[in-house]
Amino acid sequence: MGLTDSPNILTTTYDKVFNWARRSAIWPMQFGLACCAIEMMAVLDPRHDMSRFGAEVFRATPRQSDLMIVAGTVTEKMAPIVRRLWDQMPEPKWAMAMGACATCGGPYRTYAVTQGVDRVIPVDVYVPGCPPRPEALMWGLLHLQRKIDRMSVVKRATA
Amino acid sequence: MSEPTPDKPVPPKKPAHEEDPNKPAWEKDPVAPEWQDAADDPLAAALREEHGEAIQSARRFAGDLTLAVGREAVARVAASLKAKHGYTYLVDVCGADFPQRTPRFDVVYHLYAFATNRRVRLKVGAGEGEEVPSLTTVFRAANWPEREVYDMYGVRFAGHPDMTRILLWEGFNGYPLRKDFPVEGIDTGSAIYPEYYEPSAGPVAGAGTGWKPAKPPEAAPKTTAPEADAKP
Repeated sequence: MGLTDSPNILTTTYDKVFNWARRSAIWPMQFGLACCAIEMMAVLDPRHDMSRFGAEVFRATPRQSDLMIVAGTVTEKMAPIVRRLWDQMPEPKWAMAMGACATCGGPYRTYAVTQGVDRVIPVDVYVPGCPPRPEALMWGLLHLQRKIDRMSVVKRATA
Repeated sequence: MSEPTPDKPVPPKKPAHEEDPNKPAWEKDPVAPEWQDAADDPLAAALREEHGEAIQSARRFAGDLTLAVGREAVARVAASLKAKHGYTYLVDVCGADFPQRTPRFDVVYHLYAFATNRRVRLKVGAGEGEEVPSLTTVFRAANWPEREVYDMYGVRFAGHPDMTRILLWEGFNGYPLRKDFPVEGIDTGSAIYPEYYEPSAGPVAGAGTGWKPAKPPEAAPKTTAPEADAKP
């Protein structure tokens, strides 16, 4: 950004403004599948306070969400519903696989569990842990913010 | 842990039944958890008199009666237990798989009598493809547990109002609690996401286990058709 001689004018690029706006107000979807969701709730408490990063507004509908935090075990029966919720989210949207189960099935290598949510939706950030501590989820959010910063308005960096 | 000192000896431990007079009888006099013959049991004798050879054996485990019942007679045995002996509560219906045995499966009914605080277990053998009479005519609570037994073991129940899978989706191939079902699962991907994957192109769970389905998979019904506006 640069200042010109004229008052109240900033010069910058679309990308910088859009990316700043997008990464500073990531609204996650209020959506938990298993014990990881408990840690996701803990991220919102005053001790960890995800609102410091602008991501505290959990929306109860996919239509208003930017980020899907897949917090927990995705079963084969739940996977089509996860996919449908993902399809209902407006662009730009991001997905985070929280914990071992959402990443790769975790300990459940069985007939009933999807071996990683990335078989159903495209995942941007994988957060390891079983379950991840709230700090780990914030680490994932900061990684996602760095990723959003590399985006372009005309081209999606994650495609 | 403090050592007993010579001037303060440890009092001798009282016998179990003197500790607390309010303790239940089984706690005062615990029953060893092992199988015992229960031919002398009055309930077994009464049922034998009524149903004859349908009561194949009567055994006792940890104080509870277990009756092996003929497959055709299970509904009327359960009906007389409910009507005449006070076993008004169907606790659960379970299945069990013994691949080396004939018949291969057991269906186990747990009944409970509130008035006498006693339990009875009915065991019914069923081979592959044999149907067990449904207990839904006697206990309506048998509806969902019997569907679960069918879902997990493939034992069908004759006369059941809705003999479909209850936990897994329609089109699932195999019965996961059978001993020969691979723990890792089977290829279910294209069957459960037909909207997103071509046939035989979906994710494969348990690939490489060498498991082969007993029969060719049926055409997967569209159980979760997405809304038209939800297409990617």
